[in-house]
Amino acid sequence: MKTVIHYIRSLFLLELFKGMSVTGRYLFKKKFTLNYPEQKAPVSPRFRGLHAQRRYSNGEERCIACKLCEAVCPANAITIEAEPREDGSRRTTRYDIDLFKCIFCGFCEESCPVDAIVETRLYEYHFEDTDKKTGAYIMTKEKLLAMGDKYEAQLAEDLAAQAKYR
Amino acid sequence: MDFLIGLYDSLPVAIQIILKIVVIMGPLMVLVAYYTYAERKVIGYMQVRIGPNRVGPKGWGQPIADAVKLMFKEIVLPTHADKTLFLIAPLLSIGPALAAWAVFPFDTGLVLADINAGLLYLLAMTSIGVYGVIIAGWASNSKYAFLGAIRCAAQIVSYEIAMGFALVGVLVVAGSLNLGQIVEGQSGGFWNWYWLPLLPLFVIYFISGVAETNRAPFDVAEGESEIVAGFHVDYSGMAFAVFFLAEYANMILISALTALMFLGGWLSPFQGTFMESWFAWVPGIIWLVAKTFVFMFLFLWFRATFPRYRYDQIMRLGWKIFIPITIVWIVVAGAMQVYDIGPWYQ
Repeated sequence: MKTVIHYIRSLFLLELFKGMSVTGRYLFKKKFTLNYPEQKAPVSPRFRGLHAQRRYSNGEERCIACKLCEAVCPANAITIEAEPREDGSRRTTRYDIDLFKCIFCGFCEESCPVDAIVETRLYEYHFEDTDKKTGAYIMTKEKLLAMGDKYEAQLAEDLAAQAKYR
Repeated sequence: MDFLIGLYDSLPVAIQIILKIVVIMGPLMVLVAYYTYAERKVIGYMQVRIGPNRVGPKGWGQPIADAVKLMFKEIVLPTHADKTLFLIAPLLSIGPALAAWAVFPFDTGLVLADINAGLLYLLAMTSIGVYGVIIAGWASNSKYAFLGAIRCAAQIVSYEIAMGFALVGVLVVAGSLNLGQIVEGQSGGFWNWYWLPLLPLFVIYFISGVAETNRAPFDVAEGESEIVAGFHVDYSGMAFAVFFLAEYANMILISALTALMFLGGWLSPFQGTFMESWFAWVPGIIWLVAKTFVFMFLFLWFRATFPRYRYDQIMRLGWKIFIPITIVWIVVAGAMQVYDIGPWYQ
């Protein structure tokens, strides 16, 4: 009996019609596509994009060269050199993130005791050239601080939103 | 208008025929181009995405951009390929697909060559297309192309038989090989078309047509997952584009033939009902095109729905299911014809 039913079902293409009714219904469903450059997907406050370094409101840089981020970095992407400044405070003289090594895991951000190194929401960037000499792919201290100055409002908001989970 | 007709009549016959060919081929090529666009859109919509929408308004420029791209690409000749056969193969593929339109009637008397063996000619032309594929696979001198060609040859030969038998059914009922007379034999409205008395043959003809054009779910000849792209794996640029054109031209041809032989061609579906006079102003060719579009859409619908058949299942379907059913139904159709069973034939 079972084989007879199966035979009839396959002979009259019933299962195929069932499949076609599914795709037929999906033809009229609302589409999920985002038209990327015009529309963008929502970005989480925890998003881990391009890095930045923040400053205090008096303009002093936050980083105290504790090198926790350098130590925790699983890809060894961070290079820090530090020495005391004239006023006696300890600051970095060099803070480089190699973006080819960086895996955007966000450990540096988590390990930072002063919320200095952070990752912004920026995910649309490129390097004009990958030459070792020009080093366009290295986020130097200047670039990081500039990024921080530019996105400070957004960064402060995201950190505040996440503060209670940290 | 009279001036134009006079001008046309004054031309030599050869030029007149070329003009007719251009009038058929021009819209056909545009249709092929936009069929590829429609395919990407329809399948995209069925997969809950929106398909191409970047080139031109709503992506309408996409087929033109694709064509221009393919024209400017290099035609790579593989080192160990047979150069002559390699370049002839695409032409052998598209030639029959276009030649078949010579006997295709678009309306009463509106046909390039009104020959009496039209059905036979069509059967021959749709079969000959396989040579392009086989030669392409052989000339490429590559194992994937060769495997694709073998699969394609076996598949097309198998389904050709079922297709031929399905058309024999039409022949039995219509009593003519002339395509125009086959359509005229269906006059009398929706219930007089041959799809009803020949329902199994109608279904089998269209499915065989899908198999014949190597479309999903019967596209083992180009199965991406196992043999890369099958017979046209070594083709690039315009040579590839010609294969592409041939495939889509064949799909349109099969759709149009199904509409012609089973759905009454250019006849209005409202013939014989009270609505006949309302639609009397619609030219026959519009009905034909509308019916053709239904089948063209089905091709895309199949591709969006079904996974590819396993190769032995394709063979089983063709030889052990389609051929017996068609033979049985030819006998049934013959009996209905001889003993006047059913309300279909006057």
